[in-house]
Amino acid sequence: MEIKVVKKVLDANNEIAMQNRKMFSENKVFTVNMMSSPGSGKTSILEQTLSMITPEIKPAVIVGDICTANDALRIAATGTPSVQINTDEFGGDCHIGAQFIKKAAAELDIENIDLLIIENIGNLVCPAEFDMGENLRVVVLSVTEGEDKPVKYPLMFRVCDAVLLNKTDLLPHLDYKIEETLKNIKMINHEIPVFQMSAKTGEGFQGWMDWLYLLL
Amino acid sequence: MHELGIAANIIEIAINSIPADLKNMPVEKINLKLGKFSSVVPESLRFCFETLIPGTCLEGTELSIEEVPITAKCKECNFQWVVPEPVFICKKCGSGLIDIISGRELDVFSIEVADN
Repeated sequence: MEIKVVKKVLDANNEIAMQNRKMFSENKVFTVNMMSSPGSGKTSILEQTLSMITPEIKPAVIVGDICTANDALRIAATGTPSVQINTDEFGGDCHIGAQFIKKAAAELDIENIDLLIIENIGNLVCPAEFDMGENLRVVVLSVTEGEDKPVKYPLMFRVCDAVLLNKTDLLPHLDYKIEETLKNIKMINHEIPVFQMSAKTGEGFQGWMDWLYLLL
Repeated sequence: MHELGIAANIIEIAINSIPADLKNMPVEKINLKLGKFSSVVPESLRFCFETLIPGTCLEGTELSIEEVPITAKCKECNFQWVVPEPVFICKKCGSGLIDIISGRELDVFSIEVADN
């Protein structure tokens, strides 16, 4: 006997994500999910963003890592409230699920936060699949990665709202064809804005920050 | 990469879907719809499922996976097509304004329980 079920396998995660979204909305917190492959410069981008952010906006950060608190320590050094999530000390999950965010948000003074940035686990595959209750998704790509990353990881570039193309200060030293990258991004997601930037020099950050301010 | 967790979710959904009057009957099959645009690999999922079911009431249950192709629809000319490679540009009018209308599925569609 066939029994119809029609249930989404990720419903358990999505339900918690909806609760998170409601809680963030009630507390007027704008939430950004920042994703990328490992080593693309998410933490450096966060440091630069937090150092430039206008004083009227109160930020906080949730840092996801499989292991270590290194990134959270870097964020804490900027004076921004932060919470570290470790999915497992020896291996761990490939993404942050909504339940981790629920738990981490409870450790923050959520009523006094305007902008919450979640630094996801370095991985261009799995985090794209999991809603955490965020308002905005951005993917960081660096020019030391291949120009074909967008077509290799299409779901990530499809589900995101912006691309932060980092490490542009290295371009003079590389054979990187940035036009090729931009073409590949457009093939996956025609409408997505791309902000070329260097977290090292701060070049290109104003465009990203101005765009973010418009959404807050 | 997260197929083990997905397999565990599928098992939980399937067990919770067995009608009370058929609780002691074997579940022959779980029918899953899996979009090509989900980040789940069918072979890995099947392997994880097989690893988890021994000792549960789903021992011997087949996980049947129906792969759903990626279908896109142009927002400008309404042309609809199956996307064979990661290019989201309308094949008819060249527009990049595209909706993905299928391919993200990860749904337990039905279970088949022995009823005799």
